[in-house]
Amino acid sequence: MTATATPRRRRLQLSDLTRLSTVGLRTRKLRAGLSALGIAIGVAAIVAVLGLSASSQAGLLNEINQLGTNLLTVSNGQSFGGGTAELPTTAPGMIGRISGVQQAQSTGAVSDANAFRTPYIPSVDTNGLTVQAASLDLLPVVATTVAQGHYLNAGTAQEPVVVLGAAAAQLLGIDRIYPGERIWVGGQWFYVAGILKPAVLASAIDSSVLIGYAAAEKYLGFDGHPSVVYLRAQNDRVNAVDNLLAATANPENPSGVSVSQPSSALVAQADAKSALNGLFLGLGAVALLVGAVGVANIMIISVLERRSEIGLRRALGATKGHIRTQFLSEAVLLGLLGGAVGVALGAAATAIYAHTKHWATIIPTEAWAGGIAASLIIGAVAGLIPALRAARLSPTQALWSV
Amino acid sequence: MTDTAPPAPDNTAVAACNGVAIDSAGVPVLDVDGVTKSYPGEPPVQALREVNLTIGQGELVGIVGPSGSGKTTLLQLMGTLDRPTSGRVRITGLDVATMADEDVAYLRATRIGFIFQQFFLAEHSTVLDNVADGLLYAGIPLTQRRQRALDALELVGLAERPHARPTQLSGGQRQRVAIARALIGQPAIVLADEPTGNLDQATGQSILALIDQLHQAGSTIVVITHDHAIAERMRRKVEILDGRIVADTGPAAGTDPRRQPLAGPPTHAPRAAFGTPIGEEPS
Repeated sequence: MTATATPRRRRLQLSDLTRLSTVGLRTRKLRAGLSALGIAIGVAAIVAVLGLSASSQAGLLNEINQLGTNLLTVSNGQSFGGGTAELPTTAPGMIGRISGVQQAQSTGAVSDANAFRTPYIPSVDTNGLTVQAASLDLLPVVATTVAQGHYLNAGTAQEPVVVLGAAAAQLLGIDRIYPGERIWVGGQWFYVAGILKPAVLASAIDSSVLIGYAAAEKYLGFDGHPSVVYLRAQNDRVNAVDNLLAATANPENPSGVSVSQPSSALVAQADAKSALNGLFLGLGAVALLVGAVGVANIMIISVLERRSEIGLRRALGATKGHIRTQFLSEAVLLGLLGGAVGVALGAAATAIYAHTKHWATIIPTEAWAGGIAASLIIGAVAGLIPALRAARLSPTQALWSV
Repeated sequence: MTDTAPPAPDNTAVAACNGVAIDSAGVPVLDVDGVTKSYPGEPPVQALREVNLTIGQGELVGIVGPSGSGKTTLLQLMGTLDRPTSGRVRITGLDVATMADEDVAYLRATRIGFIFQQFFLAEHSTVLDNVADGLLYAGIPLTQRRQRALDALELVGLAERPHARPTQLSGGQRQRVAIARALIGQPAIVLADEPTGNLDQATGQSILALIDQLHQAGSTIVVITHDHAIAERMRRKVEILDGRIVADTGPAAGTDPRRQPLAGPPTHAPRAAFGTPIGEEPS
């Protein structure tokens, strides 16, 4: 009596599913756009934060590479007694003879001498400036140049003449050089010959007032001991040179010498994540969450409004699974739409900012792929309950209780 | 969708006893057998009580009753949109009670067409795609669906505006679109719920004329209505009151239009008009 047949079950073709899942988006464009906006903002914030930090890091690393990573500095460390160990006066020459060292230059701190704009400034207002004796070919080694005027030469190194580091000039209130300009250094007038550009790799130079070794000895009672030796090594021999430096600089007391590579500190600084990044990422995550709630809300309303459509589809032969798939894929599509717009916005923001800073625009893969994936997952999660509700709706209720 | 061997369950005798016109395989298109439907509540509502109704191939049946008589519940059960509390509903011999939900859905997709009072057309989509959606869940590719939708639109006299939106159509035209959607899969049975309920008198008459025409072309159609005048126009009139069938004019002899060709509208069976039949399963 009972006829048994197993009707073939039909899965929707992908093209049909795509058409179905865009019904809600096509018929209510503004609403779909607004509900996707939350996700778009969240994804845009995350992509922009990750993109900007990657781009700025790349910009900084690029700058460091241009300055060269082969600069090493040798400075006087601590002696056993706790005082400052002195580098021998022969250290620059010894270091210059190490195989692989291209150039070695030095500065020597002139203790007890301070620089002032005029003699009338109280002696406690040192501005943190130091007076340094400097060798004559220092500038190319620390990768800086003269902004105004001239650097020391064999003649001026003998005379009471100074060259100001970038920060030192600012602190002394000197922004241009005119003939006869002078400052008060260690109790006598020194003529200002030039102002330097900032030395990124050797920031100690920036806040220094530089004078010649000979002048320092002659006028300020300098003992001639260098305190920092700056040297450039061949790129492939940086490590080898590094290992020899301490013993070469001060054979009697190698432990009283500290050797560093300024570029590596900057690289570490570039790698460090800003604390603000965390804050903005958190804000982006909150926006994503709000966006998810928006999508869930819109989908629930959509299911309520489209009861008759759901009922009709069931009457036309849709299974619960078909209805569930339709609404779930609509929510996923909504999420993806927001995610794609967000990635585009975030990338655009990154590109514009990076352009103004002359950095390369870098959008890390994990930022855009993660943004798309997150929006997809959010769409699926937000659409799950509405889709289940739509599928649970009985066709008779959907069609006859309008 | 090209296999044609229909199921041949052994209920020819039952159908024959009821004196119903049966299809070539000896199975009535629709068989409602001792169906009771009650809805939970205090006290439970008895919407249908022990209803028996058998409808054969090619019949045009009007089911008439006042509101609350259970006619809509009967339509829902006949359309497999709901399951009876007790009793059996068989569509072309297939017992709905023994089938999984997915299989019942597929049965609806291929063997039952619905026409509703409110039309239920998708306004954002064209007339053609509205009609084509009638086969969406039968697993037929879009190009083929659209081709058959054109044929179905021709059948209801709307072939000239396939790309119009439903909002650009009059009420009568919209109902014709809905009828085309119901017919596109050449269902074994078409169930119409107050098809003229939202239309004015004249338009309603034209829709009834179309239904009559489709019946003469071979479709099996059941019209649910509260209007006795409409039910009178049908070949067979079934009256329902308080969940019971109180009168049934029975299948009139010679109602099968294939044996009694009429002049005018197409006299061929709709299956021939649409090409290969669908919804026939190997047993």
